[in-house]
Amino acid sequence: MVDSKHQWKAWLYLAPALILLAIFTVWPIINTIRLAFLEGYSLQRALGGATFSVGFGNFEKVVQYQGFLTCLKNTVLLCVLTVPISTILALLIAVVLNSIGPLKRLLQTIYFLPYVTNSIAIGMVFATMFNMIGSFYGTENEIIETAGIINNIIMAFGGKPVNWINFGSSYWANMTVMVIYIVWNALPFKILILLGGLQSVNKQYYDAAKVDGTSKFRTMTRITVPLLSPMIAYVVITGFIGGFKEYTSIVGIFGDNMGPAGAKNSLNTMVGFIYQSLEGSHQGRASAAALILFAIILAVTIINLYVSKKKVHY
Amino acid sequence: MADNIVIMHNRNIKSVTNRQKAWGIVGMFFRYLFLIIVAIGVLFPFYWMIISSLKSMEEYRLTIPTFWPQHAMWSNYAAAFSTGNLGTLFKNTVLVGIVSTILSLVITVLSAFAFARLEFKGKNLLFGALLATMMIPGEMFTITNYITVVKFGWLNTYTALIVPFLVSVFYIYLLRQNFMQIPNELYLAAKVDGTSDLKYLWKVMIPLALPTLISITILKMMGAWNSYVWPRLVANDEVHQLVSNGLRSAFTDAGTNETNYPQQMAAVALVSLPLFLVFVFLRKYIMKGVSRSGIKG
Repeated sequence: MVDSKHQWKAWLYLAPALILLAIFTVWPIINTIRLAFLEGYSLQRALGGATFSVGFGNFEKVVQYQGFLTCLKNTVLLCVLTVPISTILALLIAVVLNSIGPLKRLLQTIYFLPYVTNSIAIGMVFATMFNMIGSFYGTENEIIETAGIINNIIMAFGGKPVNWINFGSSYWANMTVMVIYIVWNALPFKILILLGGLQSVNKQYYDAAKVDGTSKFRTMTRITVPLLSPMIAYVVITGFIGGFKEYTSIVGIFGDNMGPAGAKNSLNTMVGFIYQSLEGSHQGRASAAALILFAIILAVTIINLYVSKKKVHY
Repeated sequence: MADNIVIMHNRNIKSVTNRQKAWGIVGMFFRYLFLIIVAIGVLFPFYWMIISSLKSMEEYRLTIPTFWPQHAMWSNYAAAFSTGNLGTLFKNTVLVGIVSTILSLVITVLSAFAFARLEFKGKNLLFGALLATMMIPGEMFTITNYITVVKFGWLNTYTALIVPFLVSVFYIYLLRQNFMQIPNELYLAAKVDGTSDLKYLWKVMIPLALPTLISITILKMMGAWNSYVWPRLVANDEVHQLVSNGLRSAFTDAGTNETNYPQQMAAVALVSLPLFLVFVFLRKYIMKGVSRSGIKG
């Protein structure tokens, strides 16, 4: 079947894709690695004819840069907090959803809704909900006078209002808001995958458990979770990869400031660091940070795969 | 005597099943309660967005919030449209979305066809190499692509928004898998009849793979609607700005730092509406595409 005429045709069909991929996918991989090792590379200066020596300078600068450690800490913290919370919650919701009859379809649709949203736009809605309404400049009276809807709900249950995202708000208050928003955003995909997995589980296992009088909790830990483990592993791995790239959700809530007013960049992330370096025409530093991010994601994924190889029952 | 025992035994079974039934009902009640609480949590931001968008600034600032606007201020929407420059943002986003979707579909179909049906040297190697690029985080592409776009002189053009991320290896992979499921006999029969490759592709393969093509179209359009980072870098001037970029800061007064929240929420609602409609009518395709990709947009 393989004749020269066919070969020629195949390459013709592939040509547009391959040309674009060569320029915008393959070359960037090579070039970004190259830039990472060109000390202090900057596009502006490169266009002006400057040359750069080869070395590890960019990496040193990135690691020594104080903002970078904040970014790394925020990114890791968001991952470690949101991935387990959203996975467990999604598992719980999927299991309960799978066990009911009427309204199942409707609820499934509702739960998927956050997926089809613009994360900047809905981030702004969350910011509104957690916001202190009116101008707030740190005096206590003003909080009580005009609190946002979340604080209203807290006060309705007898709690004290919290300064979530405004001027002078604490790091952990900010972090709580971010975790709530990211989990809200991450649930739909996880529920979709886990529910799909549950629906393909053989009913016989549950019948056997029922005959033996196995408790609900034991059924969950001994049957459901092991049978779902491939999907759980998938959801955790993609969750970590997504978590390390967290960026737009923070822009949605805090804007370009990447933190509450008066604390610029206090919630910045790795990806945020890369883009800020890029915008500031520090392409070398951005490339080095991108390589570090890639290495971290690769390492975490390998660890995840290694753990799941031991724990996952196929 | 024996009869009595049987009756007692039956009664015991009955009371056990009754108790189980009672527990079953209580259990069901708590299950629905849990699911409904979650549903409220999911829906509340949308509800709050809509009612806030209809409030006046005074009502919005009330100490005790109203859960239904006293006077629906529909004028917020008109104001949001002009203040946020939403007309231009929508036009740009739709233009970029449609052009990049069409071009992307053509390129994807052609290359998926080549990988699925044609034979050439190094096919598997090339396909494997392409799949490997999917592991690389997008930020690594963005850095160099930004430099490339600057060097090509594409800054602040639609070209910069459309061309660099036109080809997605993932979509080629998805469509190739779909094409592979179509029996090869059909292709050989068409060849015998003297049908050209392109005609076969158009008449047989595209109709059969339509669900996948629709999924790709929706995800690509949603991607344009939601993209933030790349447009912000390469085309953030007023003429070419896309929805997400224009939205964040448009309603905050640069001088006083005061935000007009009702108008802002009206703009957010307007931006969310097309996504919501797509979701309502094309849910099936979105969920199918998403469960296979795990990629947002």
